[in-house]
Amino acid sequence: MTTADGKPLKVSLRRALRRQRIWAFLLVAPLLLFILVTFIVPVFNMALRGIENPQVHDIMPQTTSALKAWDGEGLPAEPVYAALVADLQAGYKSKEIGKVATRLNYEKVGMRSVIMSSARHAKRMKDGPYKEAMIHVNRAWGDPATWRLIKRESAPYTFSYLLAALDAHYDDNGDIAMLPQDRRIYVPLFIRTLLMSATVTLFCILLGYPVAYLLANLPLKISNLLMIMVLLPFWTSLLVRTTTWIVLLQSQGVLNDLMVWLHVIDDQGRIQMIFNKTGTLVAMTHILLPFMILPLYSVMKTVPPSYLRAARSLGANPLVAFWRVYVPQTVSGIGAGSLLVFILSIGYYITPALVGGQSGQMISNMIAYHMQESLNWGLAGALGLLLLVIVLVLYSVYNKFIGIDKIKMG
Amino acid sequence: MKHLFKTSAMTFAILGTALGGVGVAHAEQSLTIVSWGGAYSKSQKLAYHDPWTEKTGDKIYMDPKSAQGLAGLRSQVEAGKVTWDLVDMLEGNAITACDEGLVEEIDYDEILAPAPDGTPPSQDFIEGSLSGCFIPQIVYSTVLAYNTTAFPADKQPSKVADLFDLKNFPGKRSLEKIPDGNLEWALVADGVAPDKVYDVLSTQAGVDRAFKKLDTIKDDIVWWDAGAQPPQLLADKEVVMASAYNGRIFNAQVNEDQPFKIMWDGQMFELDGWVVPQGKLTPELKKYLRFATDTQRLADQAKYISYGPARKSSVPLIGKGVNGVDMKEHLPTAKANFFNPIKKDAIWWADHGDEMRQRFNAWLSQ
Repeated sequence: MTTADGKPLKVSLRRALRRQRIWAFLLVAPLLLFILVTFIVPVFNMALRGIENPQVHDIMPQTTSALKAWDGEGLPAEPVYAALVADLQAGYKSKEIGKVATRLNYEKVGMRSVIMSSARHAKRMKDGPYKEAMIHVNRAWGDPATWRLIKRESAPYTFSYLLAALDAHYDDNGDIAMLPQDRRIYVPLFIRTLLMSATVTLFCILLGYPVAYLLANLPLKISNLLMIMVLLPFWTSLLVRTTTWIVLLQSQGVLNDLMVWLHVIDDQGRIQMIFNKTGTLVAMTHILLPFMILPLYSVMKTVPPSYLRAARSLGANPLVAFWRVYVPQTVSGIGAGSLLVFILSIGYYITPALVGGQSGQMISNMIAYHMQESLNWGLAGALGLLLLVIVLVLYSVYNKFIGIDKIKMG
Repeated sequence: MKHLFKTSAMTFAILGTALGGVGVAHAEQSLTIVSWGGAYSKSQKLAYHDPWTEKTGDKIYMDPKSAQGLAGLRSQVEAGKVTWDLVDMLEGNAITACDEGLVEEIDYDEILAPAPDGTPPSQDFIEGSLSGCFIPQIVYSTVLAYNTTAFPADKQPSKVADLFDLKNFPGKRSLEKIPDGNLEWALVADGVAPDKVYDVLSTQAGVDRAFKKLDTIKDDIVWWDAGAQPPQLLADKEVVMASAYNGRIFNAQVNEDQPFKIMWDGQMFELDGWVVPQGKLTPELKKYLRFATDTQRLADQAKYISYGPARKSSVPLIGKGVNGVDMKEHLPTAKANFFNPIKKDAIWWADHGDEMRQRFNAWLSQ
């Protein structure tokens, strides 16, 4: 079969389809490019930061290759020390050696001084033998543990940051061990973040479900007004809403003043409701509520009211009808809203930073701390990577048990 | 109409070139100086930025980003695009920046001005403060201060140990939410001599001892994280005692008439100064540095804020402050105030800072 211009129909059809596909691709290409540049690349970059380990490998290349042959027992031989001195001299001259010092200090306290003072001494060293001389400069060079550390960290990639993000480390023998109890912070913080996100999600369901129900079932005039009341805060800046909660809840704030005035509490017994976990929970629930209400509302809008009436007419009392007929039809909305709220809150940063005090901090505040204050970008990357993995795992668990195709935005 | 369009287009073109030209000339003679903001930046502006602009016509832009100074330097150098000409930072951060090659090494005697009597800078600045890249300007102190109305007149706190004495000096205390300073004070209160503090802290037992001492007042501490908080907390009587930067307490005492007093015992002093980002040591900047760190300029700065000048030759030149107060009495380096001081060991903190902060954060959340 051929078309009017004499080409076989199949070929012609394939060509037309191909053209369509190219058009479709070109239409989404800007978005794909945008996502690639602003999302995929940064995420990949962050993950890489969490495992890459270029300092020792790049700045001390001679020591790195000399240590390859060392078996990790006793002290390495003279050539390794000669390589160390050469690297220290070169690194001191290029002013790069400080990066090695900072890197190794993360693994073992005091290594910063060891490297920097040795580099200053090495600058003046002319001839060998270097082994005795270096051990004389700093006793650390006479300790096999120092050498095991350098050998381990001379690999271009490391698990050290990921271990640190899980409150573990390599001990002096190079075995993985948990940190002592009084220094563990990240695992408890991850658990707290998950628990708080779950609590916020639960609060959002409890508070959002009735509102969404009203929105979907009241006469249009009233429900429109109600909708504006839901949307108005949604359109207000997050910072404004967060600081408003400070005004309301602080110990000299509106709510406490009111309770003192009503003699519910006395002036000495003002309740601490903000700058702690309570503050974070209240403010986050308020801010994330629309993300629960809107998907719920759009699902509820599609539930035909006749189903409920049918249930009633078949003899179900209102509660049973609601629970067994209405709620199951809105599960997909609950699922969509919960997933949105939970994933948003797991990475929440600014609200806990403002109203969380010490007990209301979440893992993203720690990531920000390592980005801006301690400048340990590797650890920040590792913490971010772990957070991403946790979200993906939770997502796939959700997908397995509830099914992502069940999610409906309306 | 067409004519009008042409003329205006041309006018704009000419105007644009002219403005562009001004912009370029301007850019050559402007400096972007990063500092701490607030009262401190103001003292720098009055003492050396304004006089320099008056003298040379150079514009100076002040960027209050010192709190992220090291992070900013790192990312700017890494990206190969440094926009800062001079960065104010603490000695500890300056040493780290120097070790990592983020900032220029300084030949002090060549670049900086000698004292009026000819003493070279290397002799004139506080001993041990010229570490290679760092150009110190001031000595400031973190001190313990209290509200005098919180205690009976015959029973006022006077020493570090009183911070930990809840029985004789009851009430909440406010401390900065970092381990720096708090660990040192805990040990001093526990009987360690100020000059032995870092030896003790270098051992695991010493760190445990400091945290154990802090445990005794943990429930009575309100933590602060911005310098403006402790004077406010003291004024509101939310706390009776607080650690604070001495300049902030001075400001509250003199400008706001607050009944605060500093117990100079165990003051933790450290240096603050300038570093020059990699590639920014231009002849223009050298001239500015020579001017802004000379004896008179550093003495002038003490007129506006109660921090001690980093040059010994500046001390005799310090006179009365803007409000008629004799500034010499209020400087941390004044003889009467330099009592049992702890010099914050920048090298020790560079080595142990990460570990201490981790332990401190874990301790806080327990």
